[in-house]
Amino acid sequence: MTDVQAPAATRPLVKVEGLQKLFPIGSSRFRAPESYVHAVDGIDFEIAPGESLGLVGESGCGKSTTGRMLVRLMEPTAGSILLQDGDEMLDIAAIDKRDMLRFRRRVQMIFQDPFESLNPRRTVYDTVAEPLTVQRVGSVLERELRVAKLLDLVGLAPADTFMFRYPHELSGGQRQRVAIARALVLDPSFVVADEPTSMLDVSIRISIMDLMLSLAEEFGVSYLYITHDLAVARYMCDRIAVMYLGKIVEITDTEELLSNPLHPYTKALLSAVPVPDPAYKRPDVLIKGGIAKAINPPPVCRFVDRCPMATDFCRTHDHPDLENKGNRHFVACHLVESSAG
Amino acid sequence: MTVSKEVSNDAPILDVRNVVMHYRTEKGDVSAIENVSFSLKSGESFGLVGESGCGKTSMAMALLQLQAENATFKGGEILLNGEDMLKMTPSKVRSHRWSDISMVFQGAMNAWNPVHRVGAQIKEAMDLHIRPQLSHTESRERIASLFEMVGLDPEMMDRYPHEFSGGMRQRAIIAMALSCDPQIIIADEPTTALDVIVQDQILTELKKIQHDLGMSIIYISHDIAVIAEVTDRMGIMYAGKMVETGSTIDVFHNPKHPYAFLLLSSTPSITGPRRKLAPLEGEPPNLLDPPLGCRFHPRCPFVTDQCRTEEPPLVEIGGGHQVACWNWESVPPLSEGLRK
Repeated sequence: MTDVQAPAATRPLVKVEGLQKLFPIGSSRFRAPESYVHAVDGIDFEIAPGESLGLVGESGCGKSTTGRMLVRLMEPTAGSILLQDGDEMLDIAAIDKRDMLRFRRRVQMIFQDPFESLNPRRTVYDTVAEPLTVQRVGSVLERELRVAKLLDLVGLAPADTFMFRYPHELSGGQRQRVAIARALVLDPSFVVADEPTSMLDVSIRISIMDLMLSLAEEFGVSYLYITHDLAVARYMCDRIAVMYLGKIVEITDTEELLSNPLHPYTKALLSAVPVPDPAYKRPDVLIKGGIAKAINPPPVCRFVDRCPMATDFCRTHDHPDLENKGNRHFVACHLVESSAG
Repeated sequence: MTVSKEVSNDAPILDVRNVVMHYRTEKGDVSAIENVSFSLKSGESFGLVGESGCGKTSMAMALLQLQAENATFKGGEILLNGEDMLKMTPSKVRSHRWSDISMVFQGAMNAWNPVHRVGAQIKEAMDLHIRPQLSHTESRERIASLFEMVGLDPEMMDRYPHEFSGGMRQRAIIAMALSCDPQIIIADEPTTALDVIVQDQILTELKKIQHDLGMSIIYISHDIAVIAEVTDRMGIMYAGKMVETGSTIDVFHNPKHPYAFLLLSSTPSITGPRRKLAPLEGEPPNLLDPPLGCRFHPRCPFVTDQCRTEEPPLVEIGGGHQVACWNWESVPPLSEGLRK
């Protein structure tokens, strides 16, 4: 999986360029906004076909906003989201209503809370079949067979005992399986998964993660996997992007990120993750305070206030660009030297 | 701040013995806590882990005698410094609550009253529970020192809850839990809603305070990594029963109950080799009608006929390590299990 990402060797499935989302504060019909929250502020990344990219960061860093823009549940303020479409790249950010239907067939989403994301008044069949109905795929019989097949695949077997149940009759893990079946019923090539296991119990979590991994392999799906849990990201993702206040600060292969973090924020984040071994002593976490909101942030490095290594150079220069430091390891920090390679 | 109250060193300050608690519901009795025992020594931290619905929060509520109205105790005792809390009058229980045993609840940071200043809310708890009552100046001094202890600026006491971030609100909750100088704090998922960096700060703070004041803490969490970091001893609950208990090192390095074994095998980590995790098949049982015999047997890979009919007792397997399983000897060492 690792060599899939060799730049230019494969065309990316998704290519995000300069993606930005600003939320106005204090505006009304008669008044211009006083300021903006820079929720996502000019991020770039690519996802190869079949690859899964993890997007990690603290709450409020913009990871969910990014995910929602990628499925067009939210309109980007600026930037483009290119999706491979045959030989061309289709710009999702500029798509019009007519093309939207076609686009929705290719890109789906799995939400965090299976108690909220399923309509309590609709049966499992209604929920899973709806994308097929909206897209006018197949006859009624074909749809039913497709739904049954998907329920089998996500482990809700035998399918006929689950098809006509309502969400309240299912456990949390079973509901998330329904949500996964709904996301995959149209055979999409790209799925955004926003914390799909964080509401589930530990013992259920692994089986859902394994299910998503095996389905990705079977269907050739790429994931953008949004999570705050680095251990989960490690299990699920080929590469990980770390976000801080609307910016991607580091992006590289999963094991490279864990063994050789370069950005001071990534280092702090990694040293703060509790380890399930009482004999293990974590390094001290070197940063103080909590994440703030990026309201009209100054142009300097977003992390400068909390950075244990910040210098005057950081305080007087623009937010650094993501730079390749070798080993396909990209970091946005003034203080990281380039290594050979 | 006064040093923790005098307790004799050997006797546990809290001793939970064979507690059985059921919830009466329209559909029947839910057996939420079934024969659970554990004890807590002075200065010790004890972790209670398990999935949602395993009875860990019910246990916390029982320790504070704040259980839901439909809960009934069918047996057992909860001895606080030798006195059975289950036999105390409500007013007697109230006199112990906060001043001897206090709490940091799950989501308590959202329980601040938005229209009162944070300091005033802490003062209210102190006025109700500290005898003789402190004067206004004494209270303010005490709150200031508590705020410093939990890493908050003392000036924040005159602010309203909305001016605090999530992590700061949780720190203020810890200050409130400490305000009446308790011997025991029950921390039920104290960091669950927080980001890892803030979680690390809060847990470090709690450990330091515990060390400085010689308090005992009961941590309740579904996150076994947190339990690994902050506790000396722990118990793992499953479907209302304690299935394994012992020193945190023993339980993590040498789990002997199949549930503990599988739970640890299915926990992802950022350290160690990247590996395939073993999933735990099935779902926890419905406690309205728990399975006969061992409650874990429908999901257990080591199940035998005996497990289906006879309930295994919690037995000592050495060094205070106890397991409730008929076949604990067939559970392989953890590393072997993980390598497959």
